[in-house]
Amino acid sequence: MKSSSNAIEIADLVKTFGPTRALDGLDLTVRAGEVHGFLGPNGAGKSTTIRVLLGLLRADSGTVRLLGGDPWGEAVALHRRLAYVPGDVELWPNLTGGEAIDLLARLRGGLDPKRRARLLERFELDPAKKGRTYSKGNRQKVALVAALASRAELLLLDEPTAGLDPLMEAVFQELIGEAKENGQTVLLSSHIMAQVEKLCDRVSIVRQGSVVQSGSLDELRHLTRTSVEATTGRPVSGLEELPGVHDVRVTPADDAGADATRVTFSVDGPHLERAVSRLAEFGVRSLLSHPPTLEELMLRHYGDRHNGDGHNGDRRDDDRRDDAPRAAGR
Amino acid sequence: MSGTTTAPAAGANDSRATGPAPAGGPAGPFAGTGTMVRFALRRDRVRLPVWLGMLTLTTAASVGSLQSTYPEPADRATVAETFRSPAGIAMSGPERYLDEGYSLGAMTAHQLLGFFALAIGLMAVLTVVRHTRVEEETGRAELVRSGVLGRHAQLAAAMLVAGGAGVLLGALLAGTLASMGADGISAGGAALYGAASAALGLAFAGVAGAAAQVTPFSRGATGLGCAVLGAAYALRAVGDVGPSAFSWLSPIGWAQRAYPFLDDRWWPLLLHLGLAAATAVAAFWLSTRRDLGAGLRPARPGRPEAVARLATPFGLAFRLGRGLTLGFAAGALLFGVMLGSVLADAEQMLEEIEEMAAELALGGASISDIFTSICLTILAVAALAAVVAALTRARAEETGGRAEPLLATALSRTAWIGGQLAFALAGATLVLLAAGLGLGAAGAASVGDAALLPEVALASLAYAPAVWFTGGLTLALYGWLPRATAAAWAIPGYAMGVVFLGEVVDLPRALRELSPLAHVPSVPAESFDAVPLLVLTALAAGLSWLGVLGLRRRDLELP
Repeated sequence: MKSSSNAIEIADLVKTFGPTRALDGLDLTVRAGEVHGFLGPNGAGKSTTIRVLLGLLRADSGTVRLLGGDPWGEAVALHRRLAYVPGDVELWPNLTGGEAIDLLARLRGGLDPKRRARLLERFELDPAKKGRTYSKGNRQKVALVAALASRAELLLLDEPTAGLDPLMEAVFQELIGEAKENGQTVLLSSHIMAQVEKLCDRVSIVRQGSVVQSGSLDELRHLTRTSVEATTGRPVSGLEELPGVHDVRVTPADDAGADATRVTFSVDGPHLERAVSRLAEFGVRSLLSHPPTLEELMLRHYGDRHNGDGHNGDRRDDDRRDDAPRAAGR
Repeated sequence: MSGTTTAPAAGANDSRATGPAPAGGPAGPFAGTGTMVRFALRRDRVRLPVWLGMLTLTTAASVGSLQSTYPEPADRATVAETFRSPAGIAMSGPERYLDEGYSLGAMTAHQLLGFFALAIGLMAVLTVVRHTRVEEETGRAELVRSGVLGRHAQLAAAMLVAGGAGVLLGALLAGTLASMGADGISAGGAALYGAASAALGLAFAGVAGAAAQVTPFSRGATGLGCAVLGAAYALRAVGDVGPSAFSWLSPIGWAQRAYPFLDDRWWPLLLHLGLAAATAVAAFWLSTRRDLGAGLRPARPGRPEAVARLATPFGLAFRLGRGLTLGFAAGALLFGVMLGSVLADAEQMLEEIEEMAAELALGGASISDIFTSICLTILAVAALAAVVAALTRARAEETGGRAEPLLATALSRTAWIGGQLAFALAGATLVLLAAGLGLGAAGAASVGDAALLPEVALASLAYAPAVWFTGGLTLALYGWLPRATAAAWAIPGYAMGVVFLGEVVDLPRALRELSPLAHVPSVPAESFDAVPLLVLTALAAGLSWLGVLGLRRRDLELP
């Protein structure tokens, strides 16, 4: 009963390549009908996970269920119900893009010619060119058209828009939105934060072969520190003694009155309430809080630092759509 | 701005002949050639020494075997008469070698030079294509050429390294032969033998450089280079049996007609140098007629939609492999026609040496039947190569990332590889049939006996089980030891060695029978025997099944 509502269920998956432990006890659940973001640094194991899901690689241990079936043993039957876009699309140099699209889609079980034509138009792709003459972005479009032209239950997308220009990125986001409305499940491995924040219902962050956090963006934010900036009527004290409060900085705020004080600190999600009520004792005049951006969440996991000594004290612009790395923080 | 004219390696110095710098000083289109030579030598630091070592050792071993098998002049006189047949001459070299007592030196040049010319040519073609077209196809050339590098540097370096390897091989061969101190092997003859080998290396380095400019695909370039090599061999075979003008069209013919250890003529090697220079200039010129990564013809748009049969395992394998297989078939047909067209000369030669038929215990087979059988065996090697080429493509598809999206569809691994296996076996069988038809048709026309055509065509199919067996072995390697898939090339290589040298160096029977072709009854010279063919077919099926099983069990190797 539970399995029927999950498109992907992975528990304690291990995959080694010689001495390398590519996947080290990875757990992942993707619910049917959701768009699930799959995030992590290069080499974290995202592509390996997807290839195990496709039955191209065999799991060393752990359980993997895909659409209720065994991805290794029932690969062919399951593949009829899914479509895949690799991160590095390689095409046959002497087949045209249109032939490659038809080949991949027909081998999966057919495609809707009208939808194919519409997708070619929206992606502005010339299907009569030979594979070796396409640029990287255009090769990516070939695989995207082949995958999206079928109405597969599940889309496995491994960094599908690497190489697409921003205009085509927008087209892609529209199409994933449509796929979601049609009830298709999507596993989207990506590095583009704006894309993930816009499209994904839930997110799993993988690092060194295991998932370190998983949940909706709100849940993830709750688990992470929020930056708070406040002005109080009286000097603030005792804030640093509270559990979960870090990087307290108190400065006089002369422009706001004699005793007025400006305080900035960061606080772990579960302790936010106590910190704010302590603040209230000193007469809050203004209060500004920034939930962490997805980018901040990611940087915590991409970098090699431990959870305790994060960089949440950074003040940041309130623009969460900002794609640029941390340099933007002023 | 490139002062790198100091060549870093011996190979680069020796092979100046292949790198004519028609215009352009050091700062021009050849800037950085020295760096590229060093880079190529670094990449080939295992590959080239293995080639050179193998060729030198097998030459030395063959000469040693000739020496011990035919110690006395009388022994050599007998074997000389055996080889004074059309089949013997077609396989080895011109009849002139058989005169004047057939010394050990003459025997060496006669028996080995033609065969090793094929190996030297192959080494040159593979080396040049590897450092030119493969680099362009993978996109690495783009990165390299963005550096301070002249337009011609990569091509020049590839030809220098390939030609240099040939020169080094020549020196090794000359030294090895001279140091064997065998009767009949003079130092001067050894030097000429080595020089002829070097000249072949230089000539085919140039040919490969030009071939690499024509098609945008590295497989196409290799195929074109090998086609020239095969044509050179066929032309000399035809010329040696029939009108000798044909031999003078072939670099292999030139080398053989230097007659080392016999006449010791050096001047035919000038032809090689001329060819090397001309083809190298042509290669540089052609490379300026095209864009990086492109062929000589601009890419044309193709079908915007696929035909229905493309999306079937066999249809896909056919579409991807048809060019290569048709190339093999066309080559086999042509080679067959050339050999068949001298059948009348062969029969005429027979009349001149009538007594020979009695001397040889032929079991009632006519000389022309023997000639046909031997030609078929040689042509069957091409079919072995075709089946290996078609099946090793699977490995390239897998590691090149093109199998991944296919196998993520409802296409099973069994169906994917099954389509390729079916195509490879059918294609290689077609190569056999083309060879048989060419040989049979031209032979029938040559001697005026129409019955020869169906007879020879049918006889060619007797080799099919050996070809299928080779396919099965390749697939088993691919399934269980995917990294060793390329080792399957040893099968046609070894089979060719046995065909050309097995008899004359008196290779032990057990070693000879390692070649799948050794188990095929040599029809029409021998009577047909179905048993070994059924065994080979059964083994082919078993090995194929094993290979599929292995592929289904293992991880795919993805980029």
